[in-house]
Amino acid sequence: MTLETVGFWVVATVLLASSLAVVLTPNLFHAVLYLAAALVATGVVFLLLEQPFLFAVQLLLYAGGVVTIVVFAIMLTERLVGERITQTSRHLVNGAVVSAAVFVGVVGFLVQAPLGAPRPAQTVDTTVAIGRALVGPFAVTLELLGALLVVALLGALYFARSEE
Amino acid sequence: MIGLPAYLVLGALVFSIGLFGVLTRRNAVGILLGIELMLNAVNINLVAFARFNGDVAGLVFTLFTISITVAEVAVGLAIVIAIFRVRRTVEADRLDLLRG
Repeated sequence: MTLETVGFWVVATVLLASSLAVVLTPNLFHAVLYLAAALVATGVVFLLLEQPFLFAVQLLLYAGGVVTIVVFAIMLTERLVGERITQTSRHLVNGAVVSAAVFVGVVGFLVQAPLGAPRPAQTVDTTVAIGRALVGPFAVTLELLGALLVVALLGALYFARSEE
Repeated sequence: MIGLPAYLVLGALVFSIGLFGVLTRRNAVGILLGIELMLNAVNINLVAFARFNGDVAGLVFTLFTISITVAEVAVGLAIVIAIFRVRRTVEADRLDLLRG
């Protein structure tokens, strides 16, 4: 058992447990905290795949930004304490059946796919490679992403504006 | 050594869990959290494929999906807040304004 193997199973366990907690806990605020745990665990998966830059982005944007925004939204739409924050689920059996069917479908596809290739050694610094790709072949996409972020910001401002 | 299928199965599991959340949650914010999990699973798949194929494009796309997700969450939560202002609820079942 190498360190990577142990790390993968630990992180996978944490990720799956916190993901399940996100969709099952009745307290919405707790669900957000579990989501933060799941997002950090995903970042560690990136680290296991030797992508430290994506780990940092994941922590900054997801675990930092998204969780903060969601907590704000919950505080604005629910009282933080009290039973209003508890949320119920419906169609539990149907949801479980559909999710399990999707999972079985994906795994059935994975079983047939030729994926046995071993992991190649990482030769280049991927942070440098990502930076070069962003201003090289993906420059137009990067610009479009900037436009999208501006539009999203304006849209969020428009929806959240005061009524006058 | 952990192979590519292990990462893909992990991604598929997280995706299914997120889908379960989207299907079963009543609260609109809870549904958004499920969507977050699903997009996160996609990112795991992208990074795993990029790493095992030695291709930087998957990593760049992961960056793009992360950014787009953040924008989506900002707009989605703004919509949730706007809905809450009008209807005083964020229960998805009661948001049936467009039902004939």
